[in-house]
Amino acid sequence: MAIRQGLLALLSMGPRYGYQLRTEFEASTGATWPLNIGQVYTTLSRLERDGLVAPGEQDDQGRVVYSITEAGRAELERWLSTPVTQSDRPRDELVIKLAMAVTARADVRPVIQAQRTATMRTLQELVRAKRVNGAGAAQLLVLESMIFQAEAEQRWLDHCEAVLTASPQTQETQA
Amino acid sequence: MSFDPVVRLADATRVHGDGPQAVHALRGVNLEVGAGELVAVMGSSGSGKSTLLNLAGGLDRPTSGAVTVEGTPLTSLTAKELAALRRRHVGYVFQDLNLIPSLTAAENVMLPRELDGVRAKQARREALAALAEVGLDEPDRFPDELSGGQRQRVAIARALAGERRLLLADEPTGALDTPTGDEVLQLLRARCDAGAAVLLVTHESRYAAWADRVVFLRDGMIADSTDAALETAR
Repeated sequence: MAIRQGLLALLSMGPRYGYQLRTEFEASTGATWPLNIGQVYTTLSRLERDGLVAPGEQDDQGRVVYSITEAGRAELERWLSTPVTQSDRPRDELVIKLAMAVTARADVRPVIQAQRTATMRTLQELVRAKRVNGAGAAQLLVLESMIFQAEAEQRWLDHCEAVLTASPQTQETQA
Repeated sequence: MSFDPVVRLADATRVHGDGPQAVHALRGVNLEVGAGELVAVMGSSGSGKSTLLNLAGGLDRPTSGAVTVEGTPLTSLTAKELAALRRRHVGYVFQDLNLIPSLTAAENVMLPRELDGVRAKQARREALAALAEVGLDEPDRFPDELSGGQRQRVAIARALAGERRLLLADEPTGALDTPTGDEVLQLLRARCDAGAAVLLVTHESRYAAWADRVVFLRDGMIADSTDAALETAR
């Protein structure tokens, strides 16, 4: 999870309170990645333990301002310049579902069709969210990423359908 | 729904050829598109998308079943009447070959109106209004002086000039990059919100997702729709 580095990125713009970090994190990623305040403070204390951020004095309302350290800037720099590898991402349940359906010789076509319609509904919602005025540039990029992912899933489903329709093994099970 | 659809296909079937060689391009399709509605049709090649669009626009006739445009059943019309109805009520946007290169943007939009007997002066007035609506402010440029996205704007303006409110779009985002493709959809969406009925054929789900309803065709039949409740209620 990139919460650590996300907080470091926000702190690289200047010192911030925990609550402020949460608000800005969500504003950057859209509602797509909700963060609770507990996660923010847990992450901040770990960052502090690792010497990547430093807390300031408590103000009269008991709030603490955090600043990024030199080591924190180096970690942010390292994160930004390192490509994300596939193995860092969670496994895809849909891929496993279809693989298992094929293995168990279930009828895969209705699975594909149901998924395609469901994913299209998701895509429609994403486009609706994009059309709403007032989304910031960062939020739009996050939405766009989800649109491309849903689009890729649709193309993959089309591919699966074409391949499975052509394969005699799956036609047998459908007959 | 209690609206009068701008276009309605009722149990529309289209068979090419006969006997054992007969190809069932479309089998008993029911589909309605109302004013203000954007409906997208998806499906692999050979699923019947183009046939559906051709039937909806009166470019082709169903072997059985009925097609109704603006309340007029197309089956009862002569070829001449059908051509007149197409010019008056139906606009088309295709992937390419959309504009005549030797005519300016405004002249391209004027042409079908003039063919329909509208005087040049009024046709130009209409064309400038239609081009302004789609946000093109260079009406006297020639197509090759415009970007791909601007050319599609002109094509959409031409499709909706006059009183036409049924727009049939066949892969209108074809060769465009995604931001430009999104602009085309934004424009179609805006025309819809202004009261047009749009039937969009596309193989790209990112564009289909702009629709109120997405219909999936397979082997000439509607396999599914994102508006499942509505489909079963019919």
